[in-house]
Amino acid sequence: MSKSIMEWVDARLPITELVKSQTTEYPTPRNLNYWWNFGSLALFILIVMILTGLFLAMHYKPDANQAFDVVEHIMRDVNYGWLLRYLHANGATFFFMAIYIHILRGMYYGSYRAPREILWWFGIIIFFLMMATAFMGYVLPWGQMSYWGAAVITNLMSAIPVVGGDLVVWIWGGFAVGDPTLNRFFALHFLLPFVIFAVVFIHMWALHAVHSNNPDGIDPDFKKDGIPFHPYYVIKDLYGVGVFLLVYCAFVFFQPNFFLEPDNYIPANPMQTPAHIVPEWYFLPFYAILRSIDFLGSYSKLAGVIAMVLAIAILFVLPFLDRSPVRSFRYRPLSRQIFWIFVIDCFILGWVGYNPADATRFNGALPLIAVGRTCTAIYFGYFVLLWFITAFDIEKPKPLPKSL
Amino acid sequence: MSAIAHAPHHAHAPEPAAPEEENRRDFLILATSAVGAAGVAGAAWPFIRSWSPSADVLSQATTEIDVSTLAKGQMITVPWQGKPVFILRRTDEQIAAAKQGDSEKLPDPAKDSERTQKPDILVLLALCTHLGCVPQPIGTGNFGGFLCPCHGSHYDTSGRIRQGPAPKNLEVPFYTFKSDNVLVIGKVAG
Repeated sequence: MSKSIMEWVDARLPITELVKSQTTEYPTPRNLNYWWNFGSLALFILIVMILTGLFLAMHYKPDANQAFDVVEHIMRDVNYGWLLRYLHANGATFFFMAIYIHILRGMYYGSYRAPREILWWFGIIIFFLMMATAFMGYVLPWGQMSYWGAAVITNLMSAIPVVGGDLVVWIWGGFAVGDPTLNRFFALHFLLPFVIFAVVFIHMWALHAVHSNNPDGIDPDFKKDGIPFHPYYVIKDLYGVGVFLLVYCAFVFFQPNFFLEPDNYIPANPMQTPAHIVPEWYFLPFYAILRSIDFLGSYSKLAGVIAMVLAIAILFVLPFLDRSPVRSFRYRPLSRQIFWIFVIDCFILGWVGYNPADATRFNGALPLIAVGRTCTAIYFGYFVLLWFITAFDIEKPKPLPKSL
Repeated sequence: MSAIAHAPHHAHAPEPAAPEEENRRDFLILATSAVGAAGVAGAAWPFIRSWSPSADVLSQATTEIDVSTLAKGQMITVPWQGKPVFILRRTDEQIAAAKQGDSEKLPDPAKDSERTQKPDILVLLALCTHLGCVPQPIGTGNFGGFLCPCHGSHYDTSGRIRQGPAPKNLEVPFYTFKSDNVLVIGKVAG
């Protein structure tokens, strides 16, 4: 009975064929390690974000006079509103953690190398979209950090020559961040996750066309070294989701405000800037890069903005900067070293971004701005150096295994 | 006319088209695309324009302030177009410091006299020209002026940038004295 129903459906919409070719018979390298869990984990979090976001939107009002209060209404009055909001707010944090690990995994194992460039590019597009979505979502509670975060980031556009000033007014829909800004940010914050979902689909389409990279970075013989995605990696991914949920729920239920800023529980006040504006942790390294360019006089602002955008956009050309014959850094001792310097550098940049601009250490002997400049140089230095050691064969890769 | 004559030929003709016909086809494709693109641009305009400040926002373009109650050295913050404006009645020392700044090397050179209409009344748009934070009140920064706490820009007693990442002086908004003591900030817009 069910078999004949399935046959009837398959003749019209070949579901069985799709499930076979994309899961139960879709070949995956047998040596994927746990770093390969974070792509599907990110997808899981995206779904959690869309679901909690949808239900939050049913209670939220994008009105400058009501937004702050309505978030408190969700927290105090709406049944399980606190849960929805904490899941959503902390979900953003874990979404970025998953994505950062996912990106770094790709960088370490050379997943951006041919033939995966388009797969990689769509990943970066998703990252850009995520940042835009997260930024606009953070404005919605209309607290002091929401407001001033929005003011600082939208003001970045004013650095664009000639049209910058008009562009900012256009984005605001007024002479400053205000009610029209909040309203359109809400509309876009609602829309963008679905755009992300669509781009994720293209990302996975590209993935399934070229198949997963693996820790050895060699093209596997799937007949010998391939295992089907289902059940093997479905089970492994689910296990990862379980571990993730433990950590996620620990924060949601026991430290829900750990990643949030106390200042955002003060209603937005356009007349007063908080003493110290900090973006959410996931923007901190880029914020530090923005601030570290302050030595170019009147060009500093524009240069800072360019450096910040470039810090991510440079990932687009990474497939062409890396000229090594070997993909995986497992077999590339020099690349591996500069990679870990790069990772540590990102953490230091984050720390610099978290501190006030004029902060110092060691009784003023070490201004953090100097640390920020150095770390910015190291950040971009990674990409230059990676190109340099691979283009001129300075790195001698270790021998690759014949098979997985 | 000739297009119609050629139509049956096309229906079952994988043969290469005559160069003349190719030219005509290129032209038609180009012309259609151009009209289509212009149409899309025209249709997009209302959507793009809908983001610009609406009439009710534009109607709030000016603010009127009575400065007669301001004592020497006193500063108030007034909202104008949703943005803070500092109005300071400067002390003689602050005026002197601003005049002295005229002859210093400034990142964004401007004379104090160009930035004020009456020497004792200083009107400043209180948004840091770096990234739009509100600077702290007079006396908080080096040079006796304003400190922007976000990224450490220092403005002097004329609101000129002296130190830090901000590229420009604090903006002096357009204002007029309606009477001796009543100030109107902004121009009627819309």
